[in-house]
Amino acid sequence: MNSAGPPRARLLTNRTARWSLVVIAALVMAAVVGPLFTTQSCVAQPDIVRLKNAPPSLSHLFGTDAYSRDVLARVLCGARISLTIGVLAVIVSTTIGAAYGLVAGYVGGRVDNVMMRLLDAFMSIPRVLILIAVLAIWTGHHPVPLAGLIVLIGVTGWFTVSRLVRAETRLAKNADYVASARALGASDVRIMLRHLLPNVAGPIIVSSTLAVGNVIALEAGLSYLGVGAQPPTPSWGSIFLEGIDAFTSAWWVVLFPGLAIVVTVLAFNALGDALRDVLDPRQVHFDREIPDAAIGFASVSPPAPPPTHQLAQNG
Amino acid sequence: MRRRLAARLGQSIVVVFIVTTIAFFVIRAAPGDPFSYEDSSRITPEVRAQWRAQFGYDKPLIVQYGRYLWSVAHGQLGYSVLRRESVAAALAEALPRTLTLAGLGLLLSLAVGIVIGTAQAARRGGWFDRITSFILLVFYSLPDFWGALIVLLIFAYWWRVFPPGGLQDTMHDYLSPWAAFTDRLKHLVLPLGSLVLLTMAAVTRYQRGALLEVLPADYVRTARAKGVSETRVVWRHALRTALAPVIVLLGVALPGMLGGTLFVEKVFGWPGIGMLAANAIGDRDYDLVTATVIVGAVLVVVGNLLADALHVALDPRVRE
Repeated sequence: MNSAGPPRARLLTNRTARWSLVVIAALVMAAVVGPLFTTQSCVAQPDIVRLKNAPPSLSHLFGTDAYSRDVLARVLCGARISLTIGVLAVIVSTTIGAAYGLVAGYVGGRVDNVMMRLLDAFMSIPRVLILIAVLAIWTGHHPVPLAGLIVLIGVTGWFTVSRLVRAETRLAKNADYVASARALGASDVRIMLRHLLPNVAGPIIVSSTLAVGNVIALEAGLSYLGVGAQPPTPSWGSIFLEGIDAFTSAWWVVLFPGLAIVVTVLAFNALGDALRDVLDPRQVHFDREIPDAAIGFASVSPPAPPPTHQLAQNG
Repeated sequence: MRRRLAARLGQSIVVVFIVTTIAFFVIRAAPGDPFSYEDSSRITPEVRAQWRAQFGYDKPLIVQYGRYLWSVAHGQLGYSVLRRESVAAALAEALPRTLTLAGLGLLLSLAVGIVIGTAQAARRGGWFDRITSFILLVFYSLPDFWGALIVLLIFAYWWRVFPPGGLQDTMHDYLSPWAAFTDRLKHLVLPLGSLVLLTMAAVTRYQRGALLEVLPADYVRTARAKGVSETRVVWRHALRTALAPVIVLLGVALPGMLGGTLFVEKVFGWPGIGMLAANAIGDRDYDLVTATVIVGAVLVVVGNLLADALHVALDPRVRE
């Protein structure tokens, strides 16, 4: 493990990190310019009779779906939708979570107590169930726009982040730099945003990286249940929702968008792990003996938990 | 200790109450009600209005909320408009199935995950650690339903060894007791297998991390210094301490697990809570939807309590 140098340099010497960054960059490139290069349109239905569910071939590398649309082109278009949903939803959830955690951790006392009890309740809500409930009911009325989907996924996903941020804030707020900032007359808001936030950024970055992959998988799952991005909008989930009826024969319609999701989620998970190695001092100095590791963890808090969702995804 | 558990129990009740409230208002906030869906050409507005009045959907939201809380407090979860039966009856049928699937899945993935995670940590950075870590990271990144679909495709369609879904064969009722039992088992294999495949990766990661935190401890070094074999040091001395945080983390991870079960149920047509919810939600069956969210929260809360109790049992340091 590399424990020397600034985080960015350490990140780039980490092989897993380099690979995952390359994959993510390639995915973003594919999403941005990919659709321009394919000869096929992602919505055109060239020949719905003869090209229906055509298996992969040279002219259609990923085959075609039930409407004779090119699956490769749709996967590339889907990359735009899925990556956008992933990144924007995580920005929403991280912002809420960081703010909530900062306030709870900084103010402390009774406010903190109430906020944490509330958070316990929020964390017990089965995320998938409540998302499906809201989305299905609204979809029944009129289709939920992508922005609505992003906001809903975001507002149900900030609980773990805020718990992490609160814990870190409580540790950081007694530091000397906070006391000196206060002595210089800095307001509470300024202390939180300018002094505490940068110091608790590590866990935020790690958990939001992991969350991007998770949200992409979650959106695909919601689409699979028919309440995610609505056809004909091609998110990776909605592509194979349309292939699901024929999936035992035309398996390529389900396989390829799924593989795209797996590669993306894998890249974000690997990057998140690598970032944790680089940013989390407890893990960086793993090989040295720290008393904390030996005695403290069980009675204080569980060791840096990967966010809740990771047991089964879409949590 | 007993007081601590009692306090946790009290907290859990508050949590369930808050979740109930959130679920109620979130679901009612959407436009329409269960009767907006009834085919209008066959039903006059008067009939619909009468149904609404009968089930209380014409009352102000706050009154509906009060009535709902009152009936839930009395153990009545309402009436499923679509299934034409009480919500309690629908749940009583579906819940044991979900618990079978999720419970067995959790136990199996714990067993597999703890063994693999410990073996990885024992030789950190070795070939076994690196290979299994990568494979498990891939499993870990599989979207639940997609993983289940691929399992279904491979084992039920390409290589027809297991039935593609459902709880039992259509001829189940006419089979001999033994054949009926094996029929049930066969139908359980694929959903259970998918669930374990998707869940064990996370358990393994937790276990590996927890063990790595314990291995540098003084008592482990002492055991080594006393000449205890490395295998015994890892699997007896260190593992025992490292189990506690894994159990606690699992409590935290339960909501996600429930989501995973929901997708697996949907893919394999396993008629549990997940299927019930998926169908009820699409049909705007308010009482049933609200009840499944509440049941989900109760499962999570009970799981957390169990994890807490287990933690106390496993870790004497938190017992005072």
